[in-house]
Amino acid sequence: MNNTMKNQACKVSPGTVITGKWHNHSYRIVRELGNGANGIVYLADYQHQQVAIKISDNSMSITSEVNVLKHFSQVQGSTLGPSLLDVDDWIRPGQIKPVPFYVMEYIKGETLLSFLDKRGREWTAVLCLQLLSDLDRLHQEGWVFGDLKPDNLMVTGHPPRIRCIDVGGTTLKGRAIKEFTEFFDRGYWGAGSRVAEPSYDLFAVAMILINSAIPKRFSKSGNTRGIDQLSQVVKTNPDLQKYEKVILNALGGHYKTAMDMRRDLVDATSSLNIKSRSDVNQRGTKPVHHQKITRAKRKKRSHIGGALETFLLLFIVLFGYILYLYGQL
Amino acid sequence: MLKKGSLKQILLITDGCSNQGEDPVAVAALAREQGVTVNVIGVLEHDTIDEQGMQEIEGIAAASGGVSQVVYAKQLSQTVQMVTRKAMTQTLQGVVNQELQQILGKQTSMEELPPEQRGEVMEVVDELGETVELEVIVLVDTSASMKYKLPTVKEALLDLSLSLNARMGENKFSVFVFPGKKKDVEKVLDWTPKLESLSKIFPKLTTGGITPTGPAIRAAIESFEQKRSLRSLLTRDEQYYEESGM
Repeated sequence: MNNTMKNQACKVSPGTVITGKWHNHSYRIVRELGNGANGIVYLADYQHQQVAIKISDNSMSITSEVNVLKHFSQVQGSTLGPSLLDVDDWIRPGQIKPVPFYVMEYIKGETLLSFLDKRGREWTAVLCLQLLSDLDRLHQEGWVFGDLKPDNLMVTGHPPRIRCIDVGGTTLKGRAIKEFTEFFDRGYWGAGSRVAEPSYDLFAVAMILINSAIPKRFSKSGNTRGIDQLSQVVKTNPDLQKYEKVILNALGGHYKTAMDMRRDLVDATSSLNIKSRSDVNQRGTKPVHHQKITRAKRKKRSHIGGALETFLLLFIVLFGYILYLYGQL
Repeated sequence: MLKKGSLKQILLITDGCSNQGEDPVAVAALAREQGVTVNVIGVLEHDTIDEQGMQEIEGIAAASGGVSQVVYAKQLSQTVQMVTRKAMTQTLQGVVNQELQQILGKQTSMEELPPEQRGEVMEVVDELGETVELEVIVLVDTSASMKYKLPTVKEALLDLSLSLNARMGENKFSVFVFPGKKKDVEKVLDWTPKLESLSKIFPKLTTGGITPTGPAIRAAIESFEQKRSLRSLLTRDEQYYEESGM
């Protein structure tokens, strides 16, 4: 199980033409797109169309992924994973064992973190809202994404849309999570089991929010409980404070569905906008700074005063008018 | 239809070459004959494993149909669960391939099926991996150089139990260390579904002495056998599965 040996079987140079043994389609390799534990993904040309092709020496993992992508394609209007185009084996010259591969839609874009670097952190919430809608659909179909992390998320097109590119960790609900990455895994932080359920993905979404604000992933400290360490991080980071309630709920496993989390994230973002415009505190969000409450209260009081003023003015005008009418008679 | 037996694995965690007793590769080959796979993880700290150690690690895994991987201590947790899972799938694939040959009558393996059918067979393998009973004996090298790696090993094993306990199937664990206090090998945790109990034992372990990898693997195999004879399970040819009438 040597890694260098493993990669040689699926290492292909640009210009190579890969032809499937079963379906006889040919793909010309353009360049390498990514390189993971289970194989290499290349950009390829198929009849002047750009496609992505994943080659691996591990028939099992390829087949598993294909199964997931097939299920996805049956979900109406699903944009979660790339669409599956072809599955085949390549008889590589000079090699006895056929090399399994599958062909999928090429999702052109940038990974989440590099997109946020370029376009600004205000996109974080929008993209996470999109992600939560997609996850909700996936969960309703009986699946859990598993290995959810910024590296597996691409932002593509105009207007920007978030897409997942690696479905290797996608697991049927109720089973054990197939693949995960420690920083985004609730088991690693001691915050729950590795049973595939919606709250497992939602924990990862909260970690994605944290990772967007703090690009350098940190590890568990030995002294405190993982969940305490994380909430400390959220409370002390100015970019994360505004999402504190949503993040802590998701980390604690308090959301049963992606839609519950989405609703709170919508609330957090909208109260954020209003707050930045007029400094009025929104219902439902816990005030973070003491100063803000008093300011908001003062504002409310002055609102009431304003209404009284208007009413009095109106009354005087009306009284004058009645007097005037009276005088006319 | 497959009636489920149990999957038997030895997880060997070491940082170097054996220097005492019989050849571990030969014992690993023996393990295979008895339906036990040996997965080997080589742990590095700042040191490296020499050529001879590498060969032994790969040799043990290959001889028993298991998986091997050399990692830095930091990545141990993720590796332990990955290796265990991979070995499970590998073994189950072997079993399913055998079934396929019986059904289709010729030398057919999963890889030779058209992709569409392969997908269906894979779903069966996935399902089995989720539900099959798993028995794991963890063999931990406690020779002198492992001293500072033991806390990491403990973390990794707790993490492994978290992963495996998320499965629907049952798990049983047992932990051996080598060298033991008095003997070459010492059992520190008897069969239990809860690997978590080892967090009490680990701090008490002492390190030092020789590395009798071969005898350690042999002791582990025997521990499986004792268990099997107690429950009078399965015949020699059908180590993992019995065929039911269905």
